[in-house]
Amino acid sequence: MNDTSQSFVKFEKIDKSYDGEVLVVKNLNLDIAKGEFVTMLGPSGSGKTTTLMMLAGFETPTNGEIFLDTKPISKIPPYEREIGMVFQNYALFPHMTVAENLSFPLEVRKISKPDIKEKVQKALDMVELGNFGTRFPAQLSGGQQQRVALARALVFEPRLVLMDEPLGALDKNLREQMQYEIKHIHDRIGITVVYVTHDQSEALTMSNRIAVFNDGVVQQLSTPDILYEKPENSFVAKFIGENNTLNGVVREVNGSSCTVELDGGFGMVKALKINVNEVGEKTQLSIRPERVSIDNTTSDSNNFSGKIEELIYLGDHIRARLDVCGNNEFIVKVPNEGSFNHKEGDELKLSWNSEDVRALDL
Amino acid sequence: MEVTISTAELLTTDGIPLRQSLRKAERRNKIRAFLLVFPLLLFIIVTFVMPIGDMLLRSVDDSQINSVFPNTFDEYKNWDKGADELPPEEVYKSLFFELANGDKRQIGKALTRMNYAKSGWKSLIKKTTREIKKIVKKGEEPVSYKETFIKINKFWGDPTYWYSFNQMVNDRSSIYYWNALDRTFDEDGEVVLQDEKRRMYVKTWLRTFKVSVYVTIFCLILGFPVAHLLANLPLRYSNLLMIFVLLPFWTSLLVRTTAWIVMLQQNGVINGILVWLGVISDDGRIQMVYNETGTLIAMTQILLPFMILPLYSVMRVIPKSHMRAAQNLGAKPATAFIRVYLPQTIPGISAGGLLVFVLAIGYFITPELVGGKDGKLIGSWIAYHLKTTLNWGLCAALGGILLGIMLIFYWLYNKIVGIDNIKLG
Repeated sequence: MNDTSQSFVKFEKIDKSYDGEVLVVKNLNLDIAKGEFVTMLGPSGSGKTTTLMMLAGFETPTNGEIFLDTKPISKIPPYEREIGMVFQNYALFPHMTVAENLSFPLEVRKISKPDIKEKVQKALDMVELGNFGTRFPAQLSGGQQQRVALARALVFEPRLVLMDEPLGALDKNLREQMQYEIKHIHDRIGITVVYVTHDQSEALTMSNRIAVFNDGVVQQLSTPDILYEKPENSFVAKFIGENNTLNGVVREVNGSSCTVELDGGFGMVKALKINVNEVGEKTQLSIRPERVSIDNTTSDSNNFSGKIEELIYLGDHIRARLDVCGNNEFIVKVPNEGSFNHKEGDELKLSWNSEDVRALDL
Repeated sequence: MEVTISTAELLTTDGIPLRQSLRKAERRNKIRAFLLVFPLLLFIIVTFVMPIGDMLLRSVDDSQINSVFPNTFDEYKNWDKGADELPPEEVYKSLFFELANGDKRQIGKALTRMNYAKSGWKSLIKKTTREIKKIVKKGEEPVSYKETFIKINKFWGDPTYWYSFNQMVNDRSSIYYWNALDRTFDEDGEVVLQDEKRRMYVKTWLRTFKVSVYVTIFCLILGFPVAHLLANLPLRYSNLLMIFVLLPFWTSLLVRTTAWIVMLQQNGVINGILVWLGVISDDGRIQMVYNETGTLIAMTQILLPFMILPLYSVMRVIPKSHMRAAQNLGAKPATAFIRVYLPQTIPGISAGGLLVFVLAIGYFITPELVGGKDGKLIGSWIAYHLKTTLNWGLCAALGGILLGIMLIFYWLYNKIVGIDNIKLG
């Protein structure tokens, strides 16, 4: 997958600046294989949409080159790139019916009338809107408009489809439903998708790989499970999923693990050495809430206690906010097995495996 | 088993019919809404609906003269023009007494009206009335009223004077409308063209149309790119540009028009620069003002904001992503513009076009000042008859036609574009 000769889309040393003073994208190197579903995930202003726009041809890279199918595309105008795109607010043409919207890319390619009709119907059937061809976009619900936009981006059989936060305007239920639908369509037709979102659960649901953007730099590019379970820096750990942090100083390094002394004299923690190098370095420890167990001690030295600040009942589990080692935002998820009978203000015994604690940068 | 379908009215919990209860609950709101618009409604009725109604009545009203010469006109209608060259004796007789006994002021008004139908009436009747009064004073009774009239002035034997009565003998008359279109009634009351030297309105109507269409087209050509720029520039630049667009609104119309005279006249700024650059010779200075060209230039400039503003308001809400989407789908920028952007601006184009056209067709001050002799529009004639000839009936007819044209355009617009699509801001 990382073999550059095989990559379908390749960003090479891309820099982008709008004003000549600030770099919006810094030294971006990214390879996407054919048929892959890659998501660019990051907070707003992290450069992910800019990257997408450079790929679509609406922005030019300040430095570097983008290759599509091994050919540089910086000089190719957007209308010759054969890249489909689903825009944030769909950008359906309000003066055209759904069928006319879908025919548009085919008409400008001078495809014959009967072929257009057939392809449009096929695309509409694919998004389950077969009977909606004569409607105008304004007569459709948000979810239906979203499907039309998707069908329009696919109808001319582009080499690649880009999606710029396509589900942002939908309500939660519809969004989740559409996530699966987009994923299924991707699985079915095997097209390469580059997807931009700031919603991490969306990214985790749909993608083969996720590129986490922050501050114009790709922080980590990995599959969803690795990204969640093995974040390489504290930004990724914080951005993907829920995360408990404890700050400290590295006291001992032992191969792939290390021992960290917590700030405030709360004791020593054994952790995996990920993003720290030397003894004496400041570090942030990251522990997922579901990896913290209560009321049973482990063989590791990672046994602590915390005071319950708040309990939130969530049905399948109970969410407990604790004050642990000076961090009163420490979250623990307790499975609702019926045996949990603590109250707010109680002290809890906590423990975790040293493999589940990652010593990251501060 | 019998199924009964309840057709009873829906009731509220208290047993009052739901509709009635709803009406009662809404009544206060309705009254309040009405009271809020009432002052404006009253104002519009008094200052807009009533004057227009009055104007439309005037355009078909000939009752004043009919109240002065009722008998004469009655007798006149019995005149068989095929058989007799001149009206029968009874017409002369009625006219004799109505002139002798009539109210002087009312007759004076009627004379003005008669002069519109045929010039010469005023002096003829004035002279005749003097003579008739003398005869009445002496207590004589003419043997033949016809002979007496012709003796007083030989024009009373000229049937063309009598024919012009055809234009006045009815209380309600369409003559003003026909006059406004260079038509009149002949001796049989048929509609015919005016004498060649009295034809000026059709020409002016056509010119008014031509100028209005041109001004609308020029405004569109000049305004479209500006509106596009306004809608797409960053806010701080577009605000500045908007001030330039609105600047003309803050300057007196008169000042702007005069400024155009200074710019365009033969010894004006533009000609001066062209001569100085050597583009034209000193003798070849271009006549750009006091003609149709001047009217076109000045009106285009003055009406431009009325095109830009509706266009801008429409363009502002067209998402920028549409052009991108069209290009992304494979359309070249020109195709994307024509097929995606332009159709979405149609509400703005038509609103601006209708606005500019309607304003242009009734424009007065600018064509009056810079139009010279062949750049004047129909509005100038209305003003002329309103102030100089006091022929208000003709004024009203010209105005009525103008109103009719606007309504036709409005109707056409509604048919083609749909009035719901209009967007002014």
